[in-house]
Amino acid sequence: MRPKRKKIDYSKWGYIFILPFFVSFFIFSLIPLADTIRYSFYEYYRSGIKEIGPNFVGMKNFASLLQSDMLRYGANTVLLWIIGFIPQIVIALLLASWFVDVRLKIRGQQFFKVVIYLPNLIMASAFAMLFFTLFSNKGPINSILLSAGITDSPIDFMGTALGTRSLIGVMNFLMWFGNTTIMLMAAIMGISPDIFEASEIDGCNSMQRFYRITLPLIRPILTYTLITSIIGGLQMFDVPQILTNGQGSPDRTSMTLIMFLNSHLKSNNYGMAGALSVYLFIVSGILCFFVYRITNDNDPDGSRAAARKNKKAGRR
Amino acid sequence: MKSDPLNKLRTVFAHILLVFLSFLCLFFFYILFVNASRSHADLMKGFTALPGKYFFANLKSVANDGTFPMMRGILNSLIVSGSSAAICTYFSALTAYGLYAYDFKLKKVAFTFIMAILVMPTQVTAMGFLRLITKMGMYDSLLPMIIPSIASPAVFYFMYSYLESSLPLSLVEAARIDGSREFRTFNQIVLPIMKPAMAVQAIFTFVGSWNNYFVPALVIQSKDKMTVPILIALLRGADYMNQDMGKMYMMILVAIVPIIIVYLILSKYIIAGVTLGGVKG
Amino acid sequence: MKKKIVGILLTAAVAAGTLAGCGSRNPSGSQTSGSVDPDSGEGAVINIYSFNDELRNRITAVYPEIAETSEDGTTSTLIDGTVINWIINPNQDGVYQNKLDEALLAQGSAAADSKVDIFAAEVDYVVKYTDADTNVALPLTDLGIDPNTDLADQFDFTKSVSCDQNGVQRATTWQACPGVLVYRRDIAKEVFGTDDPAEIGEKTKDWAVMKETAEELKEHGYYTFASYADTFRTYSNNVAEAWVAPGTTTIKVDQKILDWVADSKEWLDAGYFDPAVKGQWNSDWYSAMGSGSKVFAFLFPAWGIDTQMVPNWKGEAGSWAVTNAPLTYNWGGTYVLAAEGTDNPAHVKEILLALTADADNLTMISKTYADFTNAKTVMQNAAADDEFASDFLGGQNPYAYFTPSADNLKLAPLSAYDQGCVELIQNAFGDYLQGEIDYDRAKSNFEVAIVERYPEITEIQWPQ
Repeated sequence: MRPKRKKIDYSKWGYIFILPFFVSFFIFSLIPLADTIRYSFYEYYRSGIKEIGPNFVGMKNFASLLQSDMLRYGANTVLLWIIGFIPQIVIALLLASWFVDVRLKIRGQQFFKVVIYLPNLIMASAFAMLFFTLFSNKGPINSILLSAGITDSPIDFMGTALGTRSLIGVMNFLMWFGNTTIMLMAAIMGISPDIFEASEIDGCNSMQRFYRITLPLIRPILTYTLITSIIGGLQMFDVPQILTNGQGSPDRTSMTLIMFLNSHLKSNNYGMAGALSVYLFIVSGILCFFVYRITNDNDPDGSRAAARKNKKAGRR
Repeated sequence: MKSDPLNKLRTVFAHILLVFLSFLCLFFFYILFVNASRSHADLMKGFTALPGKYFFANLKSVANDGTFPMMRGILNSLIVSGSSAAICTYFSALTAYGLYAYDFKLKKVAFTFIMAILVMPTQVTAMGFLRLITKMGMYDSLLPMIIPSIASPAVFYFMYSYLESSLPLSLVEAARIDGSREFRTFNQIVLPIMKPAMAVQAIFTFVGSWNNYFVPALVIQSKDKMTVPILIALLRGADYMNQDMGKMYMMILVAIVPIIIVYLILSKYIIAGVTLGGVKG
Repeated sequence: MKKKIVGILLTAAVAAGTLAGCGSRNPSGSQTSGSVDPDSGEGAVINIYSFNDELRNRITAVYPEIAETSEDGTTSTLIDGTVINWIINPNQDGVYQNKLDEALLAQGSAAADSKVDIFAAEVDYVVKYTDADTNVALPLTDLGIDPNTDLADQFDFTKSVSCDQNGVQRATTWQACPGVLVYRRDIAKEVFGTDDPAEIGEKTKDWAVMKETAEELKEHGYYTFASYADTFRTYSNNVAEAWVAPGTTTIKVDQKILDWVADSKEWLDAGYFDPAVKGQWNSDWYSAMGSGSKVFAFLFPAWGIDTQMVPNWKGEAGSWAVTNAPLTYNWGGTYVLAAEGTDNPAHVKEILLALTADADNLTMISKTYADFTNAKTVMQNAAADDEFASDFLGGQNPYAYFTPSADNLKLAPLSAYDQGCVELIQNAFGDYLQGEIDYDRAKSNFEVAIVERYPEITEIQWPQ
């Protein structure tokens, strides 16, 4: 009797606690989103100072986007994200496991942690500006290479697709690997030291320990990192925008989806921007759904099992 | 015992990699510093590894320039980022706790909904957002940059994961038996447990808000409400009549120094907090 | 056609006369100091939109009614108590135009004190705002300014640029921007044995001679110009037709533009441009103006020398000189417009006249800011007046070269789309010139980009 009454009582609190989130979301995201979706079915843009529309055109905006190079920009975005993400997650895992490994006597841990996080603090646009100057034809990097005799003529980093993409990848890596390391470290340190002790007694080497214990146990945080990184990758904008002056040059090979959206927003093409937003929304939804499924349910030895183990170990 | 030499090797390798990565990270800040200390004409002549003599001249021209009220901008950015970080972490923790600790009919729906909007790029709603803000009379004010951070799905998800791993529900039950009311339980028992997670997220939110250019550029019109990134864009945008790269580097430097200070103060707290959480788990 | 315009101008002049007749409504001469005269019908706040602080500096320098300007440069107070708000947004990424457009669209419903009163526009997009149908800029005659008499000393091309499609002038400017060729004296001496502007001018008088000069420079290890973008304005300013003819949605790419592409390819491959410099406004371009550079010359109007070359040159003063460019051309120019719906017509009129029609003020601007100002007689005198000589140019008086080119200047037909077309065509063909993509790919990239920028464009025509 009593527990049942309590349950009814408490459910009210659940609603109260999540209310601010949903009210704020409803006002500042959902209403604007509905507005955006609505206009995706309209021809609605600014020509000079004259407004054209809104005229209802059905799916025309969606169709003409499919005929445009949108898919190419999508591929660019994925590629740019991968170039940045793979080294980022590998290095971050490595660093995080080193930092928490007592057998490796890493000196100046505090210093390294502070330093590797630093690039994340600088504004992406400012960082891109900095890279743009550094790697320009007459910039410091080229003058160093020239005086060291590595090349005879300046390397045109931003003149080739490979160069531009690599620079974007390096920037994304530098800006985010420290962040990810801290995140993963927090997760690894959340694992009870008892488990590690037990594994050591059982004769685990560091490889086994990493793959059998650390990796499964930090799965939730890994998922979180992956998801936020995918969102970030999909939204990639500041860095390529500033580096290539909004053109994705050369030949639009570094044009991302949000840069594409921005060029429509800039020309006040509400209809087209709306349709593109809807595509982006759908794509990101699908992406996230997949990632969530793969990392959470597919593996019978997943996080839940690990968590149970964790609890058991903790009790011991 | 036999793994000792191997560990030594790994330690050496780890240090080499760490030093290399740290060099990469610091190198760019160093160049920024060097360039901020040189005059425009010097910068145009090419790069040098040593700082120039114009550091204070550049600093002075940044501080005294009324067209780009940098100090005011830093203050605005501090207000926006500070408030955003505070309300974002508090309300995300609140929401996460609400969904974690209570059972109610719409719980699953609410959770799935937040997970679905987790991936929504902010730019998607930008167009409608601006129209809405204008209608609500919040155009050209700092509020539209602060209030919406109440609903931050990503921060929520982090808090939720953290609660899952470090808050046993029995603790909440125990508090109830002791007669603690729900809000008090949250504020006095749950929040302290979540401190490490909140500190990490507060930093991330603060940095994100500090560096945000997209929304402020949309919403802010007048000079005395501008945040740092808009001011930097403004300096850059005032192109051909006002080229002074030394001053621009100095502005970037001035723009990131406060955040580095904030970070250095909080970073110790975070790392200590993380260790604390680890012992409890 | 010409008759029609004259007719309209006459009508406008008559209308202006009528307006001036009922001057009691706009007592522009009578100033009561201390507070705003409630009977004048003038608002208490003047809002001036601009894309940089250039306009503010000019107006505060020439408008005598300004009592003081706040330290941060956001407001000025007039002697009669009226406040000027300076609203400055950067040109970059279209921010300025976006904010201005929002304000102009809200002009009808805005409170009197927040209405736009004056705004600036660059020559590349001034046509967008002088359009008669959108009617966001007041005809000057509505303010009581008669272009035929009040602005008689202005260069004619600046006036025709300022007219809407019916020939009604809706904008005015204090500057004209005839371009010249600015070259390094030391390189000239080494290669040609002389640095005399007249003799060098012979070597740069047209493109055919210019090419021989370029070959000579190359043999000595110098580049003629920094980048292919440097020569663009000499072509684009001499096109026969506007990018987009009024009332149509078709972009016609002029043969001159494709000539620029072909010539640039030839020059770049021949080694006459510095291959390390891509386009303009980037650090590579700026360092090409420095003393360590191997670039012989730049094509610039007056503002370019003062604002670009002087700060980037770190060698001895007097190392540069100007001479005639292979073709006359105009580059840039800030136009000033009075917003439709302004509640301060009398002040606006005074400001526009003080800024663009007063010979003394314009002389002062030329001396202080090295602007080539929009006053024929002032500039004629400057060409012969040693007071206008420049130390940076080794004591040469650049106006001797600016003024003749200004006389020959006729501005290319403009359209509201020029800024985007110029930027995007340079970009698309920049990839081609650097050998990244082929010619057809560059064409299609331009087509894609331009429709993104201007959704109303329906067709892009290339010359046969």
